[in-house]
Parts: sequence; C-alpha cells; structure tokens
Amino acid sequence: MAHTRFRNDRGLTARMALVGFLLVALYLAVVAALIAYGLPTVFVVLIAVGVGWGQWYFSDSVAMKAMRAREVTPEQAPELHGVVDRLCALADMPKPRVAVADTDIPNAFATGRSPSHSVVCVTTGLLRRLDAEEVEGVLGHELAHVAHRDVSVMTVASTLGVLAGLIMRWGLYFGGGGRDRNNAMVFLAVWVASIAVYLISFLLTRALSRYRELSADRSAAYLTGRPSSLASALTKISGDMARIPTRDLRQAEPVSAFLFAPALNKQSFTALFSSHPSLDVRLEQLAKVSADLGRQV
Amino acid sequence: MGLFDSLLGRSRPAKADLDALFGVTQAAFTLEASIGLRPTGVGAVCYRANEGAAFATAQADLQQLLDADGGPAVETSTDSYGFTWLVCRQPADALSDLVTELHAVNQTLQDNGFGPSLLCSVVGFAAPDGRQVGVVYLYKRGTFYPFAPVPGSEHRDNALELQVRGAVGADLRIENDLHRWLALWGTPALD
Repeated sequence: MAHTRFRNDRGLTARMALVGFLLVALYLAVVAALIAYGLPTVFVVLIAVGVGWGQWYFSDSVAMKAMRAREVTPEQAPELHGVVDRLCALADMPKPRVAVADTDIPNAFATGRSPSHSVVCVTTGLLRRLDAEEVEGVLGHELAHVAHRDVSVMTVASTLGVLAGLIMRWGLYFGGGGRDRNNAMVFLAVWVASIAVYLISFLLTRALSRYRELSADRSAAYLTGRPSSLASALTKISGDMARIPTRDLRQAEPVSAFLFAPALNKQSFTALFSSHPSLDVRLEQLAKVSADLGRQV
Repeated sequence: MGLFDSLLGRSRPAKADLDALFGVTQAAFTLEASIGLRPTGVGAVCYRANEGAAFATAQADLQQLLDADGGPAVETSTDSYGFTWLVCRQPADALSDLVTELHAVNQTLQDNGFGPSLLCSVVGFAAPDGRQVGVVYLYKRGTFYPFAPVPGSEHRDNALELQVRGAVGADLRIENDLHRWLALWGTPALD
C-alpha cells in the first residue's frame, strides 16, 4: 500500500522528459549541421565544456560566496540542524552542510555537485518570517533539489544551450568567412541564427528549471507530510518578494549571461523563490498532494 | 535513489524495514553483561504525522488496538520538531513484550501506507549509576545506533555511545556513518 500512496506525477515527468529531449535534440542538430559543413569546432566545444564543468564542480563555494553565506555548526544553529537531521533520516539521504546568509530577503537555496558535496542555505530573513513548520517545508524543498541532483541537471542543460549558441555562431561565421561570400549577408545570417538558437535553448532551460521546482515541491510535500505548510511558506515569501526589489539577485545578470552564468544565477544555483512556476501553479499542486494525503486508504 | 529517478526529479519515499527490531532482545543481554545497562521498560516510536484525515484515522485505530490488550495505555506526545512519539511502557523485565508492542505500532502504520513517515524507534536502557542510553533503530537504514544524552544538557556522552557500539556490534547492525547518529533531545523514551 505504501507504493500506491506515493504515486508519481506522470504528466510532470513526461513534460520534463520532453523538454530534456528537445534540448539534446537541438544541440545535436546544431552539431550535425556543422559537421556537415566541415568545421573544426573542437576547441570551442572544449572551452564551453570546461567552463560548464568548473561551474558545476565549484558550484557550492561559488554560490555560498555570491550569497555571502556562512556555514553553521550544530552548536550555532541547533534548531536548523535538528530539522535537516530529521528530514535526512526520513528521506535516507546523506546530510548536506547547512549555511545561513545574513540578508533580510527571505530565500533559500541548495547547491553542490553531488548529494555528499552539497550545501543547503537559508537567509535570516526567511528564518525571521516563517514558523518552524514552514521552514521545514522550505528545507524539504531544498533537500529534494539535492536528492534530484538539480545542480548537475541544470548545469548540463544550460551548458548544452550555450554550446549550441556558440557553435552556431562561431562555426557559421568562420566557415562562411573562409569561402569568399558576401560578408555582410553571412554575418547577418550567422547573427540571426545564433540569436535564435540561444533564445530557444534559453527558453527550454527555463522550462526545465520550472519543472524541477515543481518536482521539488512535490517531493518535499510528501516527505514532510505537510503540503499546506509549504504552501503557506510560499504565499508568505512570494508576497514579500513582490515588494522587495529583485536587484540584489539579478544585478549581475548581464555579466553572468556573458560568462555562461545563466547556470550560475538561475539554474545551478537554485534560488528558490525567484525561479519560475507561478505561485498559483505551485499552490495548486500542493493542494492536490494535500487531498491525496487526506484520502482514506 | 537511482540515477534515473534523480534525472527525472522524483524521489521515492524510503521504505521501512521492521523485523530487525527484534534483535534488540538479544542485544539487551550483551549490554547488561558487558556494561551493566538494563532495559528501563520504556520504548517509543517516532513518526511524522501527515496532515489530513487518513493519518488521523490510522492513528486512532492504532491507539485502540494497543489499548485493547489490557496493558498500560500508550501515550502520545508531539516534540518541538512536529514529530509524534508513541510511548509504550512495560515492566522492565518484559523487554520482549515491549519490542513486540513497538513492532505492532510500526506494522500498523506501515499497513496503512505510512511506512515512509516512520523516523525511528527508541528502546531505553539505564545503568545503576543513572546514565541512560537509547538504542535507536533507523527504519530507512535498517541500522541501529546508541544515543546517550547527558542528563540536563544538550550534550551526548560519546564515550558511552562508542562503548555501546562496541558491545552490541555482533547482535545488531550498527550504523557505520556517524553523521547519521541523529540526536533525539527530549525523547520520551528516556527520562
């Protein structure tokens, strides 16, 4: 009976698989087109993969520094550690490090290349606004990100997107320039094509990110058994977030985009409440989980 | 959790393995012989109560089932983390009755589909000099570990815990990863 109570959301899984497939298909199509064109793009690929790898490998320290978070010991934050301890025991997963960021914006994130090299971080603003059960719901959500290896998944996804854009642009440009054509036309075509590829891959990555958020909500709700607490945490924080300017988290965006850091800012570093599914969608899913838990066996 | 499940972003709640609980009876003999720890006759099951009517009904059925045997009633309490403890009391020399009762509690919750909500079970032991140790069973791991709080403080008597681990290593599967030796401050299984 334990199996039947915790069903997977097939629709969600299917949509996620579709987006993942489209991302890879896009990447492969670009590569295939260029190979047909006869270009040595190996070195570009190597650089892009190298940067992606670096971001993934150092994701925990990079994100911690970006948020000015400090790791806390069980003595410094006994309640926080107590909650994480219990959730990890309940989910049978290794305990990540726990950190606190000293900022008033209510937020939380999880990062790290693997479950055993992960950090879960909450801000002091979050701890001040939420009650114990709501904090537990948020931590459950972050632990689900860790268990789902979302940092790895999103880094791979965004690196693929960036690669597709890069290869398209550089490949076509060098290839076209070497063949003595109308330079202005070639340049325009390359420009439009690379923008289009980047745009598509960006949208796909964002869609994937939203599905990962929904999955994390769902897992957290079943783990804690209190979907309504997570829902109330989301409502409280979304209200706050709407009033507070988002500059803090996003001002680095133009630079990040240049440094492939959509992965840094939005995906690999999963800033809980600035990622995208709308509050309504998330609350609706949690209400369904709540109904499922309340159903008599 | 398998790699495939992580990639698809779905975690299956871990299932509990209950039968290892009976191993505590054997371990009790060893603990008394080697360290002088005797069972206190108090044990407790810790679980996360889900919201909603289904869980409340299962909990009420359980209470009825346990109260029906004419023995001491089972007490329920909620700790500061929002986890529920069901405390069972039996005479100190009836450890096997206590273990059977703890097993029944777990089985009932599991049969009602709430196995994933089970956190741990604790069986209390005490030495003549007043030191106390809880032998804790982690369902999701199928392993045991000792928890020895120093009375009146939030410190653990690590020496005693390691001593217990050494003593019962042959009788119980001890959790090797010390990070998973969850602290259970204020567990009602220990005074």
